[in-house]
Amino acid sequence: MSTTDGPTLIPDDASAQEIADREARMRRRKGWFPGLSDKWNALPRQTQWLILIVVVVIAYLLPILNPPLITTEPGNNWQIALAQMSVYALVAVGLNVVVGYAGLLDLGYVAFFALGSYTAAMFTSPDSPYVHIPYLWTLPLAMAVAMFFGVVLGVPTLRLRGDYLAIVTLGFGEIVRILATIIPAMKGQVGFQNVGHPPGTDSSGQTIFQNSNGTPWYWLTLTIIILVLLAAGNLERSRVGRAWIAIREDEDAAEIMGVPTFKYKVWAFAIGASVGGLSGALFAGQVGFVNNQKFDIATSILFVAAVVMGGTGNKVGAILGGALVAYIPLRFTAIAEFKYLIFGAALVVIMIFRPGGLLPARQSLLAYGRLAYNKLKGALGDIPASGKVVLEPGKGADK
Amino acid sequence: MISEVIPTLLHSVPVDDTWITFDVNSFTQNFWSSTFDGLTFGAIYALVALGYTLVYGVLNLINFAHSEVFITGCYGVFFTLSALNFGPSAPRLGFWAIVGNLVLALIVAIIASALMAVIVERVAYKPLRQRKAPRLAFLITAIGVSFAIQYTIYWWRGPSPEAALTMFRPLAIFDVFGTIVDSQQVVIVIAAIILMIATDQFIRRSRTGRGIRAVAQDPDTATLMGVNKEKIIVTTFIIGGILAGAAALFYVMKIPSGVQYNGGFILGVKAFAAAVLGGIGNVRGALLGGLLIGLIGNYGQVLLGSSQWTDVVAFVVLVLVLIVRPEGVLGSSLGKSKA
Repeated sequence: MSTTDGPTLIPDDASAQEIADREARMRRRKGWFPGLSDKWNALPRQTQWLILIVVVVIAYLLPILNPPLITTEPGNNWQIALAQMSVYALVAVGLNVVVGYAGLLDLGYVAFFALGSYTAAMFTSPDSPYVHIPYLWTLPLAMAVAMFFGVVLGVPTLRLRGDYLAIVTLGFGEIVRILATIIPAMKGQVGFQNVGHPPGTDSSGQTIFQNSNGTPWYWLTLTIIILVLLAAGNLERSRVGRAWIAIREDEDAAEIMGVPTFKYKVWAFAIGASVGGLSGALFAGQVGFVNNQKFDIATSILFVAAVVMGGTGNKVGAILGGALVAYIPLRFTAIAEFKYLIFGAALVVIMIFRPGGLLPARQSLLAYGRLAYNKLKGALGDIPASGKVVLEPGKGADK
Repeated sequence: MISEVIPTLLHSVPVDDTWITFDVNSFTQNFWSSTFDGLTFGAIYALVALGYTLVYGVLNLINFAHSEVFITGCYGVFFTLSALNFGPSAPRLGFWAIVGNLVLALIVAIIASALMAVIVERVAYKPLRQRKAPRLAFLITAIGVSFAIQYTIYWWRGPSPEAALTMFRPLAIFDVFGTIVDSQQVVIVIAAIILMIATDQFIRRSRTGRGIRAVAQDPDTATLMGVNKEKIIVTTFIIGGILAGAAALFYVMKIPSGVQYNGGFILGVKAFAAAVLGGIGNVRGALLGGLLIGLIGNYGQVLLGSSQWTDVVAFVVLVLVLIVRPEGVLGSSLGKSKA
């Protein structure tokens, strides 16, 4: 996200070399890994796929490899840590749609996470008196429930200025927790035990998806993350994604250009909420126990910190940020107690000094614009290098 | 399969007694006492709401850390009164001795809160203003600094509330509709209203107040007219801090065991709801909104039977106001108020 410098004007007579220098300078200012995304984009398509496949395979092998130094053991079980990291990564991917793409600050994302968890728990746990359905069915159901509440909450607030959304979602996050405490049907602190899990037994007749074994849950969540990433990537490049970025950069300008900003904001909010619900259902399944203690506002702020740390608007960054936010307290157990303090302070420091986060998103619109311009130049061949088109008075130009 | 599930699903929808119960009986019985209590809480919300409203008016920013400014004041009150040997039971002191001690606690709370407000402004917001950061960055920093402060207190004082402090035993003063109004309620409401009037007059009449209104209306033009914008912004934060410090004293007076690391948070959301309800940026609106939120929340609590419903009701009111009249009851704008 372009947080420090807006689009700068490049003088028409600047040479290509000057422009390249200027861009390199801007990049250097913006990230911890300068030029990574450009190097990546410069690779041929086949190489990109090859690297991606290797990365994905390594990701799937992580629970078996249990790499020394990186591993969270002996303090915490590595496989369960991975499962939690993957849930956080999924949360960050979902929240990134809201905060990163559309630029809406959702401080109550944990509410959607909680809604997903409670949906999974109340429809699968033997503690719940209501109808029971197979666990895997609760995943789409959790998405639908969270999306519904996202729309209910989004429609009144998204018509207004963005700040109201921040405070309303903040309140909503707290309210869901309070309601879970005071509504008898949601069982407060007692909660729901033995939340369901996907079916299947291994060769020795043991259940595959056990709460004490993180590996299958990690693989399941990782697979879902990849699917969500593919969907989010397609959305990002579609008309919807361009609308979101336009809204994020300048809502008034987007509206004037004919983008129905309200509609797309509700879309972003609802899609983000549904991914939050999905991750909540996965979390409930993995932990196997849901009560009102796990969904406080502080967790919500951790989610925001994940997105901001990773790089607002960058889905790979969001995964990294989400995994890190879960990983750091598990790996460095000595500082686990201070995680809210650390990540709260990190939000301030990042916003002031590194607004781009670990992996800053490129200025997609400008990048697309330059791409289009270069294509045009290539196609026509004879447009002057400056790109200046001289309008003669009285020939169609208004002024 | 779906056709089987849906009817069972409908049958299993919980009946209302497992969700929410309305206790109309208790509501009619306790109507007046909850009204007076609601007004007392409302006065406290109003003082905190002023801090939100002023900063919002001048900077167009929700200062999430204002709830931490408030809780800093609460700790100021707590430490001062603990040092003065106040404890869970009411002190055996003469009238003037109690007043003297409370004024001392008030001064400490005001200084603590105002100092915290200035620190927040300097550390979190000023660097962003200098870098001309987008609005989203301000909001993220605001929530970040709020949490950093909250969990610094948590680290320092631990998760449980501080020991209760009773400042004085409430005396029955007069009787309204068979309900006793006690000295505590009277002190809080009257002191809060005096403070609000003083703030209102300060912003309307003083030179600094004119500066605040000018910056709220148009910061650039105000700068051109010779208003020192940075100074005005710091002043606004200080005024908000002073009012939060006063609110802290009344809060501890009303809820003796309410000093806790996250005690300011929900109160902050409610105070913000009050500011929006009255019209954000509007000083008189903050008073009206605060009293309304206090009343509505207390009625909701009595009607629904648990003190935690107060927060839910206040939140629902916020959303309803945003749907129906987002500019609030009295309309919003600090800059447009009459000179």
